[in-house]
This record gives sequence, structure tokens and C-alpha cells, in this order.
Amino acid sequence: MDQLIIAGKPYSSRLLVGTGKYKDFAQTRAAVEASGAQIVTVAIRRTNIGQNPNEPNLLDALPPSRYTILPNTAGCYTAQDAVRTLRLARELLDGHALVKLEVLGDPRTLYPNVVETLSAAETLVKEGFQVMVYTSDDPIIAKRLEEIGCVAVMPLASLIGSGMGILNPYNLQIIIENAKLPVLVDAGVGTASDAAIAMELGCDGVLMNTAIAAAKDPVRMASAMRKAVEAGREAYLAGRMAKKLYSASPSSPTSGAIAPIQNKVA
Amino acid sequence: MISLTINGTARRFDGPLSVAELLERLELTGKRIALERNGEIVPRGSFQEQRLADGDKLEVVVAVGGG
Repeated sequence: MDQLIIAGKPYSSRLLVGTGKYKDFAQTRAAVEASGAQIVTVAIRRTNIGQNPNEPNLLDALPPSRYTILPNTAGCYTAQDAVRTLRLARELLDGHALVKLEVLGDPRTLYPNVVETLSAAETLVKEGFQVMVYTSDDPIIAKRLEEIGCVAVMPLASLIGSGMGILNPYNLQIIIENAKLPVLVDAGVGTASDAAIAMELGCDGVLMNTAIAAAKDPVRMASAMRKAVEAGREAYLAGRMAKKLYSASPSSPTSGAIAPIQNKVA
Repeated sequence: MISLTINGTARRFDGPLSVAELLERLELTGKRIALERNGEIVPRGSFQEQRLADGDKLEVVVAVGGG
């Protein structure tokens, strides 16, 4: 069976989803279910002190017993803060070591700061974390993150939350060619075809949040994304035909057509 | 009385108190949280023994929706 293997663990779904930007936990859960995702990202934030003590928690709607919860370092701009956040996350999730590292460079574009990312990755790998690392589509940085010991490399398709799709399929292709690790596109997916294209390029998986949560019908889009990732993967495994400018190779026989009638001018 | 900064807000408590006792006063007992004290993780297993000191800075976090 064609499975996604991350840090030695197999997953049947190649679609990973975030849990942010939803209307409420019920919608989050419905969308996650429709997507078929087994791995879902969460953010780590200060708890509200002194407010409603009976407030439901996200992990009640998405229990760690059923899903692989992938804590992220969203909002971290330094390696130090990313490392602190993931240490807290590991404690929160009972020692679970699989994490998503992202260190951002600026709050407007949310583009990754790859220098801080490299530094955080080194520290985290030394501390025994299994790091799935969000990065730019720079093939040298992607390879360096692999060498540091990350368990998956996750280049952006385009800016977080932009929905612009894959802006540089050529860089992605180079990253995939060079990688011994799973490569997952993370950030910038907007609609189903973007996810399918990522998989057709040879990506091992796709991670998305806004594409689903900001759709007019998130649950329906989640379902579309599930199919898109499956279709793209199957097309990739099937081995597509070659692209040519022209082929002079019609699909129908060239011989045996009825003779064309020449119209005589009166 | 000891002064603690919890999630950026200074608060005063009748000391001494352990982490576990603090969480009880904050109505967080039994909730899935993680706690950092002066930059170091306090493992859940040591909530009962760790005594908080005046001036401690604490971060108490939970999992929330995110991408």
C-alpha cells in the first residue's frame, strides 16, 4: 500500500491539515474528518487565566488518541522562542516528539527566516525532537535541514495564507530530486488543483490550513482536497505522458479515413 | 505574599505555594497544560514538589487551533 512514512511511522493519508481560522470546534472537527487527515497541526498559546474554567479545549474535539497532533511554532521569530515553544508542546503532549518547526522572518509576509530555522533545527534535533521543518523553496537550505537531521522538509508553495498555489514548481522539483526525506508542500495552497499539482511533482504530502478554513464551504473543500491529493499521487505513480510542443501523433488511426470530397467551383 | 508573573500579568499570592497549588487557585487543575518557570519546563510529575518563589515568571500554555 502506498503510505507516507514520517520518522518511521506509516500514514495512509498524505494530506495534513491545520486547525486554525475555523468558526468553532465543530466545524474544525467536521473539516478534519472530511479531509481524511491523520496529522493535524496546532498552535501553542497562553491559556486564559481566570476566564471560563469550563471552556472546551481543542484537544477535546481532536483527541491525541485519534489524531497525530503536530504542534507548530507559529508566531516565533527566533530560534530560541521556537525551541521553548516545542519544549512546552512536548510536555503538553506527554512526550510526543513529532513537531512542526517554523521560524518566521516578518509578520507581514510571514516568510520563513531560514537562518533562525537552521539554528532551531540543530538544537531541536539534538534534544531528540522529530522535526518536520517549514522552509523556503531554496534547495540548498532544504538539503541542509535534511543533513541536520530533520525528519521531513516542508517547502512553501507560496506565502502562508495567500492561496497563490505553487509559484515555483522548478525549485520544488529540485528539492524533491535531492531529498532523501519526505518533502511536503506547506503554505500557499489555495484550491484542489494546487494540491494535485504538488503531488504530481512528486511531493510526499501536502499541508494546508487556510485553503480549507477560508473556503466558502470548508467541509466540502476539505473533501475536495482529500481527492486532489489522492488523484495527484495516483497520477504521479502512474507516470504521466511526455509534454511536447506538438506530437503529430493523433489518438485515432491515420489510415482508412473516407476520402475527402473536393468542392468544384462553379 | 509572593509576586508571580503569569502569562505576562503580575499577581500576588499567599505563599509559599507549589505549582500544583497555584494551578488549583487558577482553576487549571486537571486541564491539559504545560508550564515554563523562568524559562525552564516544569514537568507535570513535579507540580506537587516545585515551590514557587517571589518574582518567578511563568508561562502556562495550551494547544489551540493553528496551521
